[in-house]
Amino acid sequence: MIADNLKEKAKILEVKNLNVELEGNKIIEDLSFEVEKGEVLTILGPNGAGKTTLFRALIGLLPFKGKIGWQKGIKIGFVPQRLPFIKNIPLSVKEFLELKNVSRQETEAALDSVGMQKEILDNNIGGLSSGQFQRILVAFALVSNPEVLLFDEPTIGIDIGGEETIYNLLGKLKKERNLTVLLITHDLSIVYKISTNILCLNKKALCYGLPKEVLTAENLARLYGEKIKFYSHVHD
Amino acid sequence: MISQFELSLIAGIFIGGIAGYIGTLMVVRRMSVAADPLSHLVLPGVALGLLFNFDISIGAILSITFGMILIWLLEIKTKLSTETLIAVIFTLGAAFALLILPGADIEEVFVGDISKINFSSAVISVVLAVILFFVIRKFYSKMILTEISEELAKVEGVSSKKMLFIYLIAVAIVVALGVKIVGGLLTASLVAIPAATAKNLSKNLFQYSILGIILGVLSSFLGIFLFKFLPLPAGILITLTGGLFFFVSLIFKR
Repeated sequence: MIADNLKEKAKILEVKNLNVELEGNKIIEDLSFEVEKGEVLTILGPNGAGKTTLFRALIGLLPFKGKIGWQKGIKIGFVPQRLPFIKNIPLSVKEFLELKNVSRQETEAALDSVGMQKEILDNNIGGLSSGQFQRILVAFALVSNPEVLLFDEPTIGIDIGGEETIYNLLGKLKKERNLTVLLITHDLSIVYKISTNILCLNKKALCYGLPKEVLTAENLARLYGEKIKFYSHVHD
Repeated sequence: MISQFELSLIAGIFIGGIAGYIGTLMVVRRMSVAADPLSHLVLPGVALGLLFNFDISIGAILSITFGMILIWLLEIKTKLSTETLIAVIFTLGAAFALLILPGADIEEVFVGDISKINFSSAVISVVLAVILFFVIRKFYSKMILTEISEELAKVEGVSSKKMLFIYLIAVAIVVALGVKIVGGLLTASLVAIPAATAKNLSKNLFQYSILGIILGVLSSFLGIFLFKFLPLPAGILITLTGGLFFFVSLIFKR
């Protein structure tokens, strides 16, 4: 291990013995993990494993037992999976980004970060392609210059334009803006490339650690059942 | 001295405008129909107001508050759904209003009568409408954000519960004001029709909210204006005028 003194660098999030119950059902049981500055923690797990519930608890939307400790005053950006109601609202891209009450420059800087032109600002949100919409969701999270990005399952394989995947974009943003990232995904092929840590979640933490250590066939079988095979040498 | 007709017109314009504005939020929340059962909740208060000669908006606000608390309590006690309880309470409210009212006043409760509005009542309506406008304008973006996503709102420090509370109070007051001009049966038309028309014609939020106000004002103004020349209640004319705008907007729908 390189150095214990590096361990001293800023701890951004500490979760200890977290329990979340919804209507009498235990969704998350006795979960503990930590996130340090600059890490990319990927949260893996089958549907219904409590991944989105974990995010909702982390931002303070759900009651919980145990400890969720964010670094004081930290700014969080949230990229939701879907926004099912937004197309029901007559809303331009500019108006959507400005719901955050920020300056024009910040809006344009965020657009620039996700590789979009100013011209898109006057477009209606409902008329965007799904790739454009995904970029705008990321831009929305970036507008207020967050230090941490919570990213709830970006759609896999979506063409967001210019041969770029949402994960290339995420990697670029992380570097440019020195972000810490918590990422929910199903996409095993990118996990290796981007993650510094993995948390396998199915109600409880089934594995937690460095990708190379925890992404074993055995762990994945425990997490998803026997069907999934994972080839660590496959890179696209 | 201001004439009765001018008084009706002024009150109608302000109530129509604020109803159109709040309607833009209700349509986005897919809640515009809720204005109807809510307006039934005001009926007992309106009936008492007519019976004992006090401002019907005050009666309306009191009984809508009473009705909402009753629904809230029953929901905790019985575990029946809110929807079921609203049905129970609002039909009872309507029946109670019919029971205590002299026959001649029944039409006024159901389709309203802006032409009888007195000076103090008009002043109260205008003041409430202006206050509501500024309150809603202050929270409009936040309310839209909570409608888009509870998570995004929370991360921005916006409390969905607080926004819902302010919104419901605003809706209750608008319904109580609306009863005065279109009555208990047609209140939903005052909030839903201008906003639906505005939605057909707008491509962004700014156009949408401004058009909601303008169409609300126009429908009330033209409805009350026609009322001077036609032997029909103003409430019906306002609703029909709004309906006409709506059908015309379909031609220009974006």
